[in-house]
Amino acid sequence: MSPKEPRPYLNPYVAGALLGVVLFLAFSVTGGGLGASAAMSRVQTGALDWIAPGHVDRVAYFAELAGGSRSPWAHSSVWMMLGTILGGFTSGLLNRRVKLELRKGPRISTSTRVGFALLGGAIMGFGARLARGCTSGQALSGGAVLSVGSWAFALAIFASGYATAWFVRRLWI
Amino acid sequence: MAPFDFSTAGPIITALIFGAIGFGFGAVLELGGFGDTRKLAAQFYLRDLTVLKVMFTGIIVAATLVAGATALGLLDMSRVWVNPTYLWPGIVGGLVMGVGFVLGGFCPGTSLVAASTLKIDGLLFLAGALGGVWLFGETVGSFEPFFLSSAMGRFTLPEWLGLPLGVTLVLVVFMALGLFWAGELAELHFGQQKAWSEVLVRPTSPRKVSAAAVLVMTALAVAVHGQPSPLAKFERLGDAAKRPLQERAVFVHPGEVAALRGDFNLHVAVIDLRDEHDFNLFPLGGARRLQPDLLTRPEVFKPLLEQPASTVTFLMANGEEPAVIAWKTLRAQGVQNLYVLEGGVNRWLELYPVAECVAVKAAPPTGEGDPLAFRFSYASGSNLPAAWPELPIERLSRGPCGDPASGDVSHGGHGAAWPEYSYPKKVKLQFKAAVKGGCG
Repeated sequence: MSPKEPRPYLNPYVAGALLGVVLFLAFSVTGGGLGASAAMSRVQTGALDWIAPGHVDRVAYFAELAGGSRSPWAHSSVWMMLGTILGGFTSGLLNRRVKLELRKGPRISTSTRVGFALLGGAIMGFGARLARGCTSGQALSGGAVLSVGSWAFALAIFASGYATAWFVRRLWI
Repeated sequence: MAPFDFSTAGPIITALIFGAIGFGFGAVLELGGFGDTRKLAAQFYLRDLTVLKVMFTGIIVAATLVAGATALGLLDMSRVWVNPTYLWPGIVGGLVMGVGFVLGGFCPGTSLVAASTLKIDGLLFLAGALGGVWLFGETVGSFEPFFLSSAMGRFTLPEWLGLPLGVTLVLVVFMALGLFWAGELAELHFGQQKAWSEVLVRPTSPRKVSAAAVLVMTALAVAVHGQPSPLAKFERLGDAAKRPLQERAVFVHPGEVAALRGDFNLHVAVIDLRDEHDFNLFPLGGARRLQPDLLTRPEVFKPLLEQPASTVTFLMANGEEPAVIAWKTLRAQGVQNLYVLEGGVNRWLELYPVAECVAVKAAPPTGEGDPLAFRFSYASGSNLPAAWPELPIERLSRGPCGDPASGDVSHGGHGAAWPEYSYPKKVKLQFKAAVKGGCG
């Protein structure tokens, strides 16, 4: 291996065990699990609050986060998101995986990947709010405390993923 | 006892703690390869099941640690956020997200990690996700009934299955190990293109088998040890939980109970812990009888947890002892705004007496355990004015002794309003500190 090549990823079971320990620490220190989509909702509402504060005050879902003088930014989930980005960056840096690049399946063009990344992200963002959590906040955190809804959610996301995969296989294989 | 209460911590402490946890989260996801969209997508073509392995290992390791910590009384589960179940919005949201996952190649958390290592597709996905979150906020008003439907509150697998937590944990661990085993076989066939006939069904890695064995043994130990009873749990709670009881801050004067019952801004719930006999003789108006030994059952204490935030719950008995035990039991399970009726029914009847034709004081009280100090001539069934001291006397009908001429439409035959008692006010309505997960 040349010194510039990225290091290989950790054994998935080891990474999973570490993830479990981080999740347990989150529960036992803060009383809550991990997550990302709540912070995204806050970032989005905060940005909207700069552009159209009146609109934020009128739409109930946004007003709850940033209505009136309420600030959506100073919230534990936003801190967690910043930590997540920093943690990912640090680990990537140490393992030589920080590199400006676009990753895609072998058979599609860059513009197709761009379009589907945006579209998939939008669908994911919408679904995550509908399900009251993303894969980390619902499936992982809720799954670890054995919430029925989180397990139903986890089954649904995998079932739907596998059902869709065949139809869009050109994107990835 | 963990978790810690950060409601009084400054913003810097909060930022550091949540930032540190996020740092660990991001680093572990990156180490596991979740920053690479191809690795994530390969999951759905059964070629590389890293997602399944990392995620379910994370779930079972965390679940075992959480259940183990609660079993040893180190973690107070009633203060840990459990995602409330909204069954159908969750399932439909999951189905939507499955499509987004395959099309976009990330989920929200992994796109953060991809973006942090400068993957352009991760940044784009993140931008798309912000758009999707915005779209949801704009449109949720039009399908709010569905978004709020099938709400089941805090509902866990052990409750659903009717099994102890530890047993459920063992089942979940076995299920996950089964998934890993099947996943390994699928990877050999779909990923490394081996024919099924060449795929060895038997697990071959001694390290994986021994790690699985350690996990199973730990889960079994948690199941055998069992979870502490609410009373044992209460004993392990810190001084902050016990002090109100020692300082009698939770014992509320009957006069205050009566005053709060008349406050329309509050919902006052009275839980009577006496047996049916004493309850029928003289219950407080609107009181609900609950057998003390049922208070540990989820179907009994869960409704108490889900009461509106403006609810004050009073526990009462003839004396105080059963109410104190019930207070400890429910407090350990996280019920808020919980108080004990000071002196119980026996004191209540001294302050809000009933006519002598209904009951006379028996001194000393007869009977074992938690005796009623009054001898009733019939079961009043909350028909007496003393059961509703907050109501104006004239609103109550006929006197209890069947002699309207005597004017005893009121308590004790005096015809006047209840005396004004002075008492130290003890009830302080507290709102549950909102413990929320990252996606709440």
